[in-house]
Amino acid sequence: MIGGGLIGLSATVLILVKGRIAGISGILGGALTLPTGDWAWRVLFLIGLIAGAALYNFVAPAPFVVAFDADTPLLVIAGLLVGYGSSLGNGCTSGHGVCGIARLSPRSIAATVLFMAVAMATLFLLRHTGAA
Amino acid sequence: MIAAAVSFLSGVLFGLGLAISQMTNPAKVLAFLDILGDWDPSLAFVMAGAVGVAAIGFAQAKKRATPVLEDEFKIPKRRDLDMPLVLGAALFGAGWGLVGLCPGPAIAGLVAGQTETVIFVGAMLAGMLTNRLIGSMRR
Repeated sequence: MIGGGLIGLSATVLILVKGRIAGISGILGGALTLPTGDWAWRVLFLIGLIAGAALYNFVAPAPFVVAFDADTPLLVIAGLLVGYGSSLGNGCTSGHGVCGIARLSPRSIAATVLFMAVAMATLFLLRHTGAA
Repeated sequence: MIAAAVSFLSGVLFGLGLAISQMTNPAKVLAFLDILGDWDPSLAFVMAGAVGVAAIGFAQAKKRATPVLEDEFKIPKRRDLDMPLVLGAALFGAGWGLVGLCPGPAIAGLVAGQTETVIFVGAMLAGMLTNRLIGSMRR
C-alpha cells in the first residue's frame, strides 16, 4: 500500500509540475530518439527510477528480490511482446493501469482490463495446461 | 534546474514505490496473475494505492489551467477505442503474463544486476523500436 502510494505520488508530482503522464513505456519510448527539447526530462526520470530502486537497496535491511522462472528464449519473446505491445497500445501498467484509470480514461480502462485478462490467461496456459 | 530536479525526483519516488511493493519481483507479479493457481492478491492493494493517490493528483490538475513549470498539460484527449490500442494491450498482456515484468519494474530491476533482466530489457527496447520504425515508415 505504501509502495503504491509512492507510485501515485510520483504520478501526482509529474502531472502537477511538468504536466506529464507517469507512463514508463511512453517515457522510455520517447527517450529512444535523438535528443530534442522533449528528451532530457525523460532520461532524468529514468535515471531517477533506477536511483529509487538503488536507494531502497541502500536503506532497506535486505535488497529487493528479482526471481525469474524463465529461460532465455522466453525472456526474449516476452520482452519483445511487452516492448512492441506497450508501444503500439500507447501505454503499460503505469500509463494505462495507474494514470489512465486515475483520470477515468475509457481507452486506458479498456486497455487495462484487456492486458490483465490476457496476462492471466497466458500464465494459466503456461502454468496449468502445459500448452505454451 | 528545478524542472530537472522534479523529473529526477518523481523517478526516484516511482522506483522506490516499485521496490517497496515488490513489483520488481517477477515471481511476485506472476503469483498475482495466477488467479486460478496459488493466488497472491496483495499487488491489487498496491494498484489501489497508486490509483487512489494519482486520482487526487489528476483531480487537482483538472482545476489548473497549466502545470506549475510548463505551458500546457500533455494529457491524451482521445476516448475512442481503436485497433492499435486493443492489439497493443493484448500483446503487452501476453508478454507480461509470460515472465511477470512490465517496463517500469524491468528498468528499476536492472539495479539487481541479473542477466535475465538485461536480456528482457534488450528485447523490450527492440520491440519498442520496431513499432516506432513501422510507424515512421507508414507516415
